[in-house]
Amino acid sequence: MVSEFRKDHELHKRRFGRNMGLGGVLIAFVLLVFGLTIVKISEGTSLQGFDHVVRPELILEAQ
Amino acid sequence: MTDTTTLIDHSNEAEFGDYIALLKPRVMSLVVFTALAGLFVAPVSVHPFVAFTAILFIAIGGGASGALNMWWDADIDAVMRRTAKRPVPSGRVTAGEALAVGLALSVLSVLMLGLAANWVAAGLLAFTIFFYAVVYTMWLKRSTPQNIVIGGAAGAFPPMIGWAVATGGVSVESVLMFVLIFMWTPPHFWALALFMKDDYSNAGVPMLTVTHGRKTTRAHILVYTLLLAPMALALAATSIGGPLYLAVSVVLNALFIKGAIIIWRRDEDAAVADEYKVEKKFFRFSLVYLFLHFVALMVGVALANFGVGTW
Repeated sequence: MVSEFRKDHELHKRRFGRNMGLGGVLIAFVLLVFGLTIVKISEGTSLQGFDHVVRPELILEAQ
Repeated sequence: MTDTTTLIDHSNEAEFGDYIALLKPRVMSLVVFTALAGLFVAPVSVHPFVAFTAILFIAIGGGASGALNMWWDADIDAVMRRTAKRPVPSGRVTAGEALAVGLALSVLSVLMLGLAANWVAAGLLAFTIFFYAVVYTMWLKRSTPQNIVIGGAAGAFPPMIGWAVATGGVSVESVLMFVLIFMWTPPHFWALALFMKDDYSNAGVPMLTVTHGRKTTRAHILVYTLLLAPMALALAATSIGGPLYLAVSVVLNALFIKGAIIIWRRDEDAAVADEYKVEKKFFRFSLVYLFLHFVALMVGVALANFGVGTW
C-alpha cells in the first residue's frame, strides 16, 4: 500500500512561519553578541591587566 | 486502531507577527527615535555598533513593557474599539504568553543594555519598564484622571537613557529632554481622548474627559501647553541647544499654543458638528511638534561639530 503525503494544513504553514521567525531572532541575537564581543575586545585597553593574575604594569592607573 | 479526531479550533492560533504586535511597534518607533536623539546629542562618542545594540535593547525594553501592559489590560482593551484587535483580547495570544514574553524581554533587555553600554543606562531602563508596567498600567490608569500626566514619565525616559548610554550619567540636558516629553504627553493624549470619547468611558478608564468633563479637559490642554513652552525653550540655553533649536522651538510652541487656545474656546456642539476636526489636527500636530524638536536638537549638535550655529 502506498501512503500518501497529506497536503499541509494552513495551520502548519503558520507554525512554520512562527518557527522561522523565532529561528531568525535567535540567529540575530547570536550575531549581535558576537559583534559586541569583537567591539568590546578591540576597544578594550590592557585587558590582560585583569587576566587571572593582576599585572600592575599593564594598568595605566597603577603606573 | 481508530483515528482520533481532535476538535480543537486552531484557526485563531498566533502568527509570528502577533508576538511582534505585543511589543507595540508604533510606540517602539517613538522610543527608538527619542533614545537615538538622546544618544546623538550627548557630548561623548559611542562606537556605532554599541550604539545600535543599545538602541535595540532600549526598544525591546519598551516593547516588553508594552507586552506587560497588554497582559494586564486585556479586559479593557477588549471593550475599546481602538484596542479590541490586539493579540490578547482577540484571543490569538493568551494573557499568560503576553506576561511571559514581557517578563523575559524585560530581563533580557536590561541585562544586555548593562553589558553593552553601562549600568546607569540599564538601571534607567529597568525603572522605565517598572514605571510603565506597574505604576502606570496597574496602579494609576484605572484609579486617577491624572493617569497620563504621571504615566507620561515612562515615555519620557528614552532620551535620558540614550544620553546615559553615552555619558554614563544624568545631566541638565537629559533632564530637560525628559521634561519636554513629560509635559507634552498630557495635551497630546487629552486631544486624543476628546475625539475617541466613547472608548475610554465604555472601558471605565477614568480619563479626564470622563471624570471632569470635556470643558475642563480643554482648559487642561491649554494649561499644559502653556507650561510646556518655557520647558521646551529652556533647552535652547543648554550645551545641546543653539540658535537653530531656539528658532524652531519658538515657531512650534507658538503654533501649539495657538491650537490649544482654539481647542479651549470651542464648545462641544462645534466639535461634534465638524467631527472633531480641530482636535484631530491638534493631535497630529503634537506628533510633528515633538519630532521637530528632537530633529532640531540633532541638527544643531551636528552643525556645532562643524563650528556652525553655536551660541
